[in-house]
Amino acid sequence: MHLFNESTNYQQPSAEGYYGEYGGAYIPEMLYGNVETLKTQYLQIMEDPAFKAEVEALLKDYVGRPTPLFYAARLSEEIGAQIYLKREDLCHTGAHKINNTIGQIILAQRLGKKKIIAETGAGQHGVATATVCALKGMECVVYMGEKDIERQAPNVARMKMLGATVVPATSGSKTLKDATNEAIRAWINEPDTTHYIIGSVVGPHPYPDMVARFQSVISAEMRTQLKDKIGTELPTHVVACVGGGSNAAGAFYHFLNEPTVELVAVEAAGHGVYSGMSAATTQLGSTGILHGSKSIVMQTKDGQVVEPHSISAGLDYPGIGPLHAFLYQSKRGTFMSATDEDALKWAFHLSEIEGIIPALETAHAFAILPEMNLKPTDVVIVCLSGRGDKDLATYMQAMDFKK
Amino acid sequence: MSRLSALFKQKNERVLNVYCTAGYPHLNSTLEVMASLQKYGANIIELGMPYSDPLADGEVIQTSSLVALDNGMTIDTLFDQLSTMRQTIHIPVVLMGYMNPILQYGFEAFCKKAKSVGVDGLILPDLPLYEFEQDYGTIIQANELDFIFLVTPETPEARLRKLDQLSSGFLYAVSSSATTGTDKDFSKVALYLERLKSMELKNPFLVGFGIKDKASFDAVNVYANGAIIGSAYIQALSKGKDVASTTATFLEAVLSH
Repeated sequence: MHLFNESTNYQQPSAEGYYGEYGGAYIPEMLYGNVETLKTQYLQIMEDPAFKAEVEALLKDYVGRPTPLFYAARLSEEIGAQIYLKREDLCHTGAHKINNTIGQIILAQRLGKKKIIAETGAGQHGVATATVCALKGMECVVYMGEKDIERQAPNVARMKMLGATVVPATSGSKTLKDATNEAIRAWINEPDTTHYIIGSVVGPHPYPDMVARFQSVISAEMRTQLKDKIGTELPTHVVACVGGGSNAAGAFYHFLNEPTVELVAVEAAGHGVYSGMSAATTQLGSTGILHGSKSIVMQTKDGQVVEPHSISAGLDYPGIGPLHAFLYQSKRGTFMSATDEDALKWAFHLSEIEGIIPALETAHAFAILPEMNLKPTDVVIVCLSGRGDKDLATYMQAMDFKK
Repeated sequence: MSRLSALFKQKNERVLNVYCTAGYPHLNSTLEVMASLQKYGANIIELGMPYSDPLADGEVIQTSSLVALDNGMTIDTLFDQLSTMRQTIHIPVVLMGYMNPILQYGFEAFCKKAKSVGVDGLILPDLPLYEFEQDYGTIIQANELDFIFLVTPETPEARLRKLDQLSSGFLYAVSSSATTGTDKDFSKVALYLERLKSMELKNPFLVGFGIKDKASFDAVNVYANGAIIGSAYIQALSKGKDVASTTATFLEAVLSH
């Protein structure tokens, strides 16, 4: 067992991509060349001043960074703590996902790739990928579960309008897990010309670290902005929702090695953690290998991966990034969960008291605030990872139900 | 000497390895399929353990895996079925599968059990070289199982030699970087196979991915010690009337002169 150790550098996986026992690159030999190239080059490319400048310029002028850190006065009063919202919902395309796709598309160009493939669940990462491909004039193919295509029609239309080809994943359960399988298979079939932009902190090393680094702009800005507002860079708590865990990784990143900051990850409990209809991976899963890394995986006793459930397609994933698995196991992170019902309730509540309609995924992060036993002196940053436009159909149904 | 080594000592060309999915088409058809493969001319059986998320497999084998899982196939059930295997099956049997179900079973327990029922070797596409050297290789070797690595046209020579050194039984030459069941132009593959042949590897090599009929089997045998047929046979089984006649027709066509 790894217990919370102040000397552990949580930002840095081992050379082979391990955070504690989690991570690695469990990939077929057909992907070895591509993954090895990424592994040996990503840090070098990401630390190149010209690369950094290009990414930063696009994050500023195209994405709209820095995103504001907003003091939520009414919410603070209600909860009894000082609550700040990191407004990733104001990013171009409506969520934090584009922080990563901007970085990876420029990296793909540096690697000489001509074509981009991606997986998507709710469609947010697919839209963010299609967007940067349009920006850079690259061919884009997005794999999306057949079921998700049906339930996320507006994002499918957006991707098509942006020039991407959307390929339905018809294997298995026809959702995010299977879209990821299909994207990996497509990459195996066309490794030379193609770069695979994974949307979360999952997949074989170096993806979890690379995506976390591209998303770390979120917590870098939080520190500067909080200092401007209250004179200290360190909040007492950072709260974020976790599916694969990309917005949480970005929101936690520059606080990982600050032991006074409590990192709270909120998983989707679906109908309830033990209802059989849940996506609370750390609560229900066990050590396993999924999509190329060792982590915590929801599976049967025979090691078959099970289909999770969450009202939010973005959290509807049976795994979790290896960094988060390590934060859970080492107790560096506090893992909580919120049900579909609570998330829905908080999507409406946040809209009513702060005038911000959050994505369903993000609403999970708010739903646990009343359970955190916060004090008036606590300074809490909630990562408002995405806006709720894409979830309007669900919200409209909920309103009809209320009538 | 292992069964695989003995086989290649006796026959080092046109070795035919046929893949089948355990528990497909029916839960209890595993041994019947294996017996038919042996009877109609297969030299090695590659027995696939079904997994929910088979990354290296194309649609045909994925579908057969899901059917097998729906039929109720598990590693436990498979070992039960294989417990009497060596009464009737005398050719080498290699288990192919993905790491996750094996980790749940317990890697060491799995190797022990596989050996005890008469399995000869393992093909685990998502167990890469680094992890093999770290943890798993010694367990596999301690249980006297052969381990077969995959190599591709893109595998650099130094790595290819290392994979060859660490493999035993044979080496699995993927015809090109692709998932199983993908059509390939063999003229493009020929150069790669010629290079493999000229490398004088420790192990014999069998070519897999895209081998589907007599023409493709003959084409790779110019260079290789044999080939592996998977998707094409599963497809035949999915359409065929019964296991024995389908297998007979399929293998006679592949092996005809």
